[in-house]
Amino acid sequence: MEFWNDPITTIFNSLLKSFTSGGMSEGLATVLIYLIGILLFVTFAMVLDIFLVWIERKVVARFQDRLGPNRLGPFGIFQPFADIVKLLIKEDITPVGADVIMFNLAPIFSMMSVLLLWAIMPFAPKMVGVDLNVAMLYLVAAGSIGTLSVIMAGWASNNKYATMGAFRTVAQMVSYEIPMVAAILVITVLSGTMGVVGIVEAQEFLPFIFYAPLTAIIFLISAIAELGRSPFDLNEAESEIVAGFHTEYTGMKFGLFYAGELLHSFTFGGFIALLFFGGHRFFGLENLGPIVGALIFIGKALFFYWVIMWVKYTVPRIRIDHMLAFNWKFLTPLAFILLMVTALVGRLLLDSVWLVPALFLSNVFVGWMTVLYLKSHERKTREAEDAKSAVPVAQH
Amino acid sequence: MTTMQVLFLIFAAIILGSAFKVVTTKKMIHAAFWLIVVLFGVAALYAMLNAGFMAMVQVVVYVGAIAILFIFAVMLTRKELLDKGPALNDNKSIAAVLSLLSFGGLYMLLRNWSGFMNMAPALPETDMVEELGTALVTPDMYLLPFEIASVLLLAALIGAVYVANEARSE
Amino acid sequence: MNSIPISWYLVLSAGLFSLGLFGVLARKNAVAILLGIELMLNAVNLNLVTFWRYNNPAEMTGQVFAIIVFAVAAAEVAVGLALIISIYRNRNTVMADDIDLMKW
Repeated sequence: MEFWNDPITTIFNSLLKSFTSGGMSEGLATVLIYLIGILLFVTFAMVLDIFLVWIERKVVARFQDRLGPNRLGPFGIFQPFADIVKLLIKEDITPVGADVIMFNLAPIFSMMSVLLLWAIMPFAPKMVGVDLNVAMLYLVAAGSIGTLSVIMAGWASNNKYATMGAFRTVAQMVSYEIPMVAAILVITVLSGTMGVVGIVEAQEFLPFIFYAPLTAIIFLISAIAELGRSPFDLNEAESEIVAGFHTEYTGMKFGLFYAGELLHSFTFGGFIALLFFGGHRFFGLENLGPIVGALIFIGKALFFYWVIMWVKYTVPRIRIDHMLAFNWKFLTPLAFILLMVTALVGRLLLDSVWLVPALFLSNVFVGWMTVLYLKSHERKTREAEDAKSAVPVAQH
Repeated sequence: MTTMQVLFLIFAAIILGSAFKVVTTKKMIHAAFWLIVVLFGVAALYAMLNAGFMAMVQVVVYVGAIAILFIFAVMLTRKELLDKGPALNDNKSIAAVLSLLSFGGLYMLLRNWSGFMNMAPALPETDMVEELGTALVTPDMYLLPFEIASVLLLAALIGAVYVANEARSE
Repeated sequence: MNSIPISWYLVLSAGLFSLGLFGVLARKNAVAILLGIELMLNAVNLNLVTFWRYNNPAEMTGQVFAIIVFAVAAAEVAVGLALIISIYRNRNTVMADDIDLMKW
């Protein structure tokens, strides 16, 4: 019963007892148990990554009206293992003139930036890696490490297409961090804390999607851009720039980049579930215990990972100048306007019952104003172009 | 030797070793990457000093923005792919003497200070991130420096865009 | 946390400051000089946060000062690198010894 209510503490205590009874000092035993815990957690993340490769291939197949891998095992479930074996036995090429240490460190940094995020994902209130009180800033900081790995990969490849692709990817990732931070700030204002357990607890009445729907859309768009997934994947699209910053990577190093991207998408699906949809809550089912809560959280994260894949396989690619203009001229002002509106409305109606409808309506209002502004802007641009061409139109 | 002391010594060794590599390495891009290691080490020390917000802001601002600015600047100001030529100029011996003198002077100054061997007092119980936020927006605490810092950043933004743009319009 | 005296942190930041000073004085490349300046700013910040922790952690002055130093350092690096890139476009060099004329 105690294990069901608080699994991590019970396992920790029993392991501590067994280690110290063997004569080890308590500090050393604690450090050792922490290391074993981290190893198990990372192994779980990697095994989940293999499962995500299978999901990706099946889902993309279904979106494209075909079946996907179905030969190896029931429903093709052993296909990722075949992929892994193929990547492992490929030749490991290091290009001439490449900076060997940076070339080999870049995929490790890329995977590291994803695994660091798993330390703050709250599977259940008692199953968090560490309950930082600045966890949302930690999310942005781990994104910066991912940016570093892209620059290292592009630079160390000694290949001008890789370097150009790395420049563009870094410009995109750094630009789209800003609307993401503004969206996270909206959630911080609404929940009063940056810690993940506090954010889940603040959603006990209603999930934050009802408080801030437009912010959720902005967070989704900037998360997809931050990940480098379609439709923002100009930097690694094969028809555009060979393969961008990971052109020169073969074998398992490329596998680390690819698997890291999938795991990153899953992690961001988990953060969307946490920030806007209540984390591990599900109509009261989570009160059964933390393990049920963890399963609900993983289910929600898989659902939002599916939403990210849905966007990827439906929408065509966006050009780099459109991408940057979209961020700086549209998303960033909109995100900051929403932050101001949410803070104002939230403060004015702090303890009244009209808080949620007022916030929802203010989001709808801001969205409507944005659409009207875009329509008038579009009409003015079109009229200016028609006036410029100045060809007399024949009157029928 | 408690755990904290061992951790401090490891981070101090990383910081000082990487800082030495920053100022002596020949290839500029390696210097920028060793600076990133220094910045991470300092962020770890902030976390050890219970200044968690500072540690996170250090990684986001310094590593995520300033270090990337340095890397871009290094890539945009190269004539050839490899850096040839010596890293240090003709003043290196005088500079070494001066920096050793400054370190020695600082150490002597600090050693004669009475509080040199103090230990850390206990932390207050309140949430320090919340206190920091309150201190930054309360008018009789630190609101004015906060607003002036944002005006300074705006001026730097406009200045940097203008200076870097001017050459192209000629 | 109660086992490290303040002297360790202060000596570390003094050492980091001296290394930054050496970098500023002895490097040829202008970007490397800016790297030395960054090292010095980090040493100063470490000093400020150490004094905040060891004197009176209930009062937020130390951390606020360090945050303002962050903002100033970011602004200075941006403007400095913009200037260096502009100089590189005009004179095609970033070695500090070659940039020795005010107007030509």
